[in-house]
Amino acid sequence: MNGTDAIALLPLIVLAGTAVLVMLATAVRRNHGFTLILTLAGLAAAFGCIWIAASTVPRQVTSLLLIDDYSLFYFGLLIAASFAVAILCYDYFEKHDINREELYILLLIATLGGAVLVASSHFASFFLGLEMLSISLYAMVSYLPLRRLPLEAGIKYLILAATSAAILLFGMALIYADLGTMNFSRVAYALGAGSSSDTLLLCGVVLIITGIGFKLAVFPFHLWTPDVYEGAPAPVAAFVATVSKGAMFALLLRYFYRSGADANRQLLLVFTIIAIASMIGGNLLALLQDNVKRVLAYSSIAHMGYLLVAFLTGGQMGARAVTFYLVAYFITTLGAFGVVSVLSGGDAEAEHIADYQGLFWRRPALAGVFTVMLLSLAGIPMTAGFLGKFYIVAAGASSANWALILILVVTSVIGLYYYLRIVAVMYFTPEQEPVLIAPQISTLGGVVLGTLAILLLWVGTYPSPLLNMIRTVFPS
Amino acid sequence: MILIWLIAILLVAGLVAWATARWSTQAARWVALAATLADFFITLVLWARYYGQLSILPQGNWIEQVDWKWIPSFGIHFHLALDGLSLLLIMLTFFLGIVSVLVSWKEIQDRVGFFHLNLLWVLAGITGVFLAIDLFLFYFAWEVMLVPMYFLIAIWGHERRQYASVKFFLFTQLSGLLMLIAILGLYFAHHAATGIYTFEYEQLLGTPLSSTAAWWMMLGFFIAFAVKLPVVPVHTWLPDAHTEAPTAGSVILAGLLLKTGAYGLLRFVVPLFPDAAHRFAPFAMTLAVIGILYGGMLALGQSDFKRLVAYTSVSHLGFVLLGIFAWNELALQGAVITMIAHGISTGALFVIAGLLQERMHTRQLDRMSGLWNTMPRLSGAALLFALGSLGLPGLGDFVGEFLVLMGTYRVSPLLTILATIGVLVATFYALRLVQRAFHGPNLHEWNLPDLGKRETAILAPMIVALLWLGLYPLPVMNTFKPVLNRLQNYVSRPVAALRR
Repeated sequence: MNGTDAIALLPLIVLAGTAVLVMLATAVRRNHGFTLILTLAGLAAAFGCIWIAASTVPRQVTSLLLIDDYSLFYFGLLIAASFAVAILCYDYFEKHDINREELYILLLIATLGGAVLVASSHFASFFLGLEMLSISLYAMVSYLPLRRLPLEAGIKYLILAATSAAILLFGMALIYADLGTMNFSRVAYALGAGSSSDTLLLCGVVLIITGIGFKLAVFPFHLWTPDVYEGAPAPVAAFVATVSKGAMFALLLRYFYRSGADANRQLLLVFTIIAIASMIGGNLLALLQDNVKRVLAYSSIAHMGYLLVAFLTGGQMGARAVTFYLVAYFITTLGAFGVVSVLSGGDAEAEHIADYQGLFWRRPALAGVFTVMLLSLAGIPMTAGFLGKFYIVAAGASSANWALILILVVTSVIGLYYYLRIVAVMYFTPEQEPVLIAPQISTLGGVVLGTLAILLLWVGTYPSPLLNMIRTVFPS
Repeated sequence: MILIWLIAILLVAGLVAWATARWSTQAARWVALAATLADFFITLVLWARYYGQLSILPQGNWIEQVDWKWIPSFGIHFHLALDGLSLLLIMLTFFLGIVSVLVSWKEIQDRVGFFHLNLLWVLAGITGVFLAIDLFLFYFAWEVMLVPMYFLIAIWGHERRQYASVKFFLFTQLSGLLMLIAILGLYFAHHAATGIYTFEYEQLLGTPLSSTAAWWMMLGFFIAFAVKLPVVPVHTWLPDAHTEAPTAGSVILAGLLLKTGAYGLLRFVVPLFPDAAHRFAPFAMTLAVIGILYGGMLALGQSDFKRLVAYTSVSHLGFVLLGIFAWNELALQGAVITMIAHGISTGALFVIAGLLQERMHTRQLDRMSGLWNTMPRLSGAALLFALGSLGLPGLGDFVGEFLVLMGTYRVSPLLTILATIGVLVATFYALRLVQRAFHGPNLHEWNLPDLGKRETAILAPMIVALLWLGLYPLPVMNTFKPVLNRLQNYVSRPVAALRR
């Protein structure tokens, strides 16, 4: 490792350094506001370092990490999402009288883990990144130790994530036994080279897909999602839904698309089944929920299914569609959980659909933001979600994947139904004024939500800058 | 540029109305009225200016157009264009827009600002649909207009508004997505044939397609437009939505949203997929006749004023579908005239239903009787529009339906005869409506105010317009004729050639 390597790794180094710095600062003196500022400054610095690192790409740093345009793009996405989550966390935990500062350390480490996942090119770095992300999340999910649900969610997540990590490791071991390498590109090459008769390799890959599927919460590995989303503090749930899933999807996309492993028919079949099951299962189960966080959990399962449709398209078009959709999904999910988070108070989460009754007439701006976010999840024009869905359908159509697209279309209409249910409640005039959980909306939370809403509409109506950026990541 | 203004005025005025309603609801209403009037006036000026040169237009085939690059990497343009057909339809849009604002003047008392925001934005969306000739932009506008319409029904609607609004949204959304798939299929097929990625309508015309591909794509478009039109098996959202919507919502639904479906069939389905449309014509025309008869029969059985009028729409729009798939000069002219006349006469009937509901707080025909004694002017107007609906010569609907029947007769005498029975059914339901509501003794001893100044100002222009269409439709026909000729030129062989 030399100086150039260090420059390439600068975003990761800054993230790690910030985590240490926040820890030291907390040791000296606890101050929530200062911790936030330090965290935000660190994240902003890491974001800025992406441009410095950009001068060195593409660069393989040891055999573990590959820093290229692709990694840098996803670094930016993950760091920006963490930035938003950090502010939402501040707003949320201000209402709670506990030690709040450690949360930001965990947040930074988890972001670092996500970034390592995105850049990893080796099983070792893959596993390291995954564990950094997961272990921080166990603690973040149960960060409200006095409440029952967060603890339950944390333990559930811990047990299931540990199990899936074990399965993942076993898969890696099988592949190592078979090929004698832990390097992704060689594994992917072996897969793509048509050695589909290689049972050991296929077993290993399927076990790894199980581990990945757990993190992505696709059907049938989704069982933890609704409970964890419901139990976790709203901003942490936003983090689980965006950074944790996004990083994993980026990893999946890189190795199954870029290396030609998408030529392997058995694997395509596995992903097709997962995609269909996720779209149908996620959307149908969301219909039965009365809890907004659970609705968002099931809808995120469905959205992973949509992403897999684009993923299955393969090629330039599919990869670009996945990336665009992920950006749209990040903005939308952060916004939706942000509204839940801002509305939640010190005593309870604003998670029941009844808490939103007539919200528009009391808090027009907030309800407006939530409406836009829900419409984006449903894929209605003027929002980023619409163009994302358009891109996915276009990708599917370009490879004549008609069956998958039809399922996507039908299930997304089912999805529209439960989003509209929440929207309808917000515009409904209640007989009596319901009790507000959060009496006051902080300026900080408002600014984040406003920014997200503007971003959403901007990407939804004028996507060219984003599309051009994605083009440079996946040059044709 | 003028086309941008048409849409921008509505969008901005919507926001202004929303903002001003905090201080004065009256001001919000005036803002909305001014915006719709301004747009109407602009289209009138355009019409007057280009009326003489419609067959030799300055900008290719268009009176006016705006063409901006929007998302170049997909070949998507922000391309609006106006020709005679869209001119008439946006004129109808703004006309009914004015009516909608006026009719809500007293009816809508809460959330006035937000109401006008939605009202103006749905009009903007509809204008976009009629003007867009980039298929992506068309789909965009098509979907965007759903959201404000959903709010209009869901917030200001009647008893079962939640159910009706969600049903409306889901039906249109599903069918719209099928159209999106078809649009994308066409987009990629065009690229495969020419190497160019484009959503431009005029470039996509004549894209070589395999007959299976064309068939499925045509169906994708057809389903989207059939749901809006509505065609019988997929019409069930319509009576609910029309009945539960506030008066302005019903006027816009019946007068305009249904027309977007007809417009789509006319502008896109047949010209883009002439061969597939040719094969599909027998089915489409049969569905049309079923719609005419079934809608009429159901209208006969209704006891709710608005529901009755809603079902008559199913019947009338059946004539439009019939005319479009008959695809000859007479039938097409008839279809377009029916679109406009139906917009006015049915819109007016919904206005009357709204006025009655405001006064009587009921839409049930059982609760009405002998209203002529207490409200002679309102009842007279209702009679006139009901006569329009049954196709009395001298009123707009007659001209349209007559032309459709004449045109269809050349293609299929059998279907024409069946459709004519539909006209007969219309006589029954229209006269029944008038008899039950307005004639007879005043059983419930209603004592109600007759039409006020504002209400007369709404209905009088509608009466004039309907009479004008019925008695002297020539200027209107001259306006859309060149467009129809052009559309027919895209289709090399006759679309409908049924066995006689």
